[in-house]
Amino acid sequence: MAAAPWALRAASFVVVFAAWEYAGRLPVNPAFPPFSDTLVAAGEMVADLSLVAALGVTLWPLAVGVALSSLAGVAAGVAMGLSRRAEWLFVPVFIVLQAAPLAALIPILVLAYGVGLLSKVMTVCIMAMPVIVLNSFKAIRHAPSSLIEMGHSFLGSRRQIIAKVILPAASPVIFAGLRLGLAAGFIGAILAELLISPTGIGDLITYHQSVADYPKMYAAIATVIVLSVLFIGLLDRAEIALFRPERRSAR
Amino acid sequence: MTLFGLRVPMVASLVLWAALWEVVGQAGATILIPPLSHVLVRLVEIVPTESFAEALGLTARAFVLGTGIAVLAGVPLGVLMGRWEPADRLMLPWVNVFVSAPLSALVPVIMALFGFGELTIVLTVVLFAIWIIVLDARAGARAVSPSLSEMAQSYGAGPLQAFAKVYLRAALPEILAGIRLGLVRAVKGVIIGQLLVSVVGFGHMFEIYSSNFLMEHMWALLLVLFALAFAIDGVFARLEKRVEYYAAARQ
Amino acid sequence: MNRVVALRAGPAVAEPMVEVRGLSKVYPGGVEALSDITLNFPKGKLTTLLGPSGCGKTTLLKIVAGLIPASAGEVSVGGRKVTGPGPERAFVFQDFALLPWATVLRNVAFGLELRGTGRWEREATARRHIEEVGLKGFEDAYPHQLSGGMRQRVGLARALAVDAEVLLMDEPFSAVDEQTRRKFQEDLLALVAGKGKTFLFVTHSIEEAVYVSNRIVLLSRRPSRVSEIIEPDIPRDLPPDRIRRHSAYIDTVEEIWQGLKRYLE
Repeated sequence: MAAAPWALRAASFVVVFAAWEYAGRLPVNPAFPPFSDTLVAAGEMVADLSLVAALGVTLWPLAVGVALSSLAGVAAGVAMGLSRRAEWLFVPVFIVLQAAPLAALIPILVLAYGVGLLSKVMTVCIMAMPVIVLNSFKAIRHAPSSLIEMGHSFLGSRRQIIAKVILPAASPVIFAGLRLGLAAGFIGAILAELLISPTGIGDLITYHQSVADYPKMYAAIATVIVLSVLFIGLLDRAEIALFRPERRSAR
Repeated sequence: MTLFGLRVPMVASLVLWAALWEVVGQAGATILIPPLSHVLVRLVEIVPTESFAEALGLTARAFVLGTGIAVLAGVPLGVLMGRWEPADRLMLPWVNVFVSAPLSALVPVIMALFGFGELTIVLTVVLFAIWIIVLDARAGARAVSPSLSEMAQSYGAGPLQAFAKVYLRAALPEILAGIRLGLVRAVKGVIIGQLLVSVVGFGHMFEIYSSNFLMEHMWALLLVLFALAFAIDGVFARLEKRVEYYAAARQ
Repeated sequence: MNRVVALRAGPAVAEPMVEVRGLSKVYPGGVEALSDITLNFPKGKLTTLLGPSGCGKTTLLKIVAGLIPASAGEVSVGGRKVTGPGPERAFVFQDFALLPWATVLRNVAFGLELRGTGRWEREATARRHIEEVGLKGFEDAYPHQLSGGMRQRVGLARALAVDAEVLLMDEPFSAVDEQTRRKFQEDLLALVAGKGKTFLFVTHSIEEAVYVSNRIVLLSRRPSRVSEIIEPDIPRDLPPDRIRRHSAYIDTVEEIWQGLKRYLE
């Protein structure tokens, strides 16, 4: 506890980047460029706008797919949490889908919808949806019974209890599901670009790999990872700003 | 759900969905969805073939090796992070990044470094499975009640003894929960790895089926994979139940 | 000394506010929590349900609250049969049941919010009761910033804010520390004396029951029946420390302990 938390955090990044640099300079493998080269490559790709353009292309199916899965997934999960019938009908399906390697569906999607945007959006959806649905369902089902009882005892109607007690109580777990869904959506978006047709970041990765320009390939990959971390962090902020005033004031 | 006063088990709804599948398939609404009965016939055909056995063997080996490495490396690392602050500070940022990073973007790196063989698949499995195992083991180790670790110290346990005999056991419920989540991710990882490498195992079979437009074969293979994934998850869920009482070592 | 009231025959000291007739409760799965309970709760008094843990005191209280349906028998409050929660009853929860995402002010006003009271009016009422329970200045705090005792004061203020005639308190002080608990008990006595409300109080602490109650209902082990009704004959106008040393107080505690001991083991 002696050192400031941010110092150790910074140290942790420095250690890893230094190790990366060292291993790259040895080099351990011709396909493993040092950190500095990767950083330079990233700078070049930002300067010639290829990275920016690629991100735009990649984010499009991701944004559409994640938005669709979030809206439909939260709605479905909440409905399943509130209605025993909906639970009976849909929960087993989503439990199976959650455990299943849905990536295996991608070849079928390609046969069905071709190699265009639709297939990619669908890929993002099938990756992101199950975890969003199941988390929303669990969140509603595990809303604290004592709070619900309190709502009843103070004469809340079913609608009031859902809106004022159950949904706010469920919001942390629903948002955890959205974060997992976003992460899975990122996996899906990249997978779609690598498997279905090379566009955006996926194209940068495959192209630079094929011409053995490894620093640029690594730069593209690192950018996607950084971006996913940023987006998930943003989602966290949004949750606190919108639904969790008590955590906002606690800072 | 109850129907006419009888409890209808949840899985029964899966039968309903299967029936719906059959109806849609028989109606011939789309060639993408062949009737379930045809798929099942195909499944019985495929499973005894040599190429299936070979793919299954390959996949199972990569899966077992990959998860084995992930567990053996991930659990001790997680427990160490949970019990030793500096390790936690140094590694937690990275674990948090990778647990939700688009790992599919890293598979091309593994391919570039280690080629298109089995090793790449194994490493993909490790990459997908290990982070959640580390995080849960860490959470488990942190949840061990302070009085239990003081007990170990006061009865003269050395750090290694305390680690093996107290923390590891007391954290077991979370560790197993993490391993189970890791297994689910590993299944996804092994399939994603094979789809991207596409010259080995089930990835290769999917490649052949989709290029020849064999819908029934594809669905049959999917069903087998889903069933395997679900069985692994189910078996592990049982195991988890059996050590739930270890959690009494909290508070 | 203490009057041990004969079973079933309620004394006519005060008119009953809450009447329980032939109440039984069997949970799904066959656990019998309550068996044929008949009781009156006099108006303006504090009646305590006391018994070994797991004896169904809370179940009885929640049936009176209308939160759990009874298996047989009925409950009426102010002459009207209970079919669900009602505006004349307010519940104070053992675990406080505060909304973690709402400020103290909104938590206290929550009962009124659910009733559709306008914002200005309900907040004015809530502020008054926040002050009454001694939390003035904490209106904008969140529950996690308060101690356990303060949280329960919020729960109490919420129950007072809806101005119910009957307050149902389910082990309200069990989750707060001993010092805070004693202060609570003293405040509760003032509340009972000042408000003219009817209190139903559940506790497993004999001392607490004797200290705060006008009337103590001893429940037997599951399935619970009324085993004894005791009206502690303690001069309430004495200062707190004198009450706790008064021979009537000490004797009643001992008497109840002797009565409950047989349910152990």
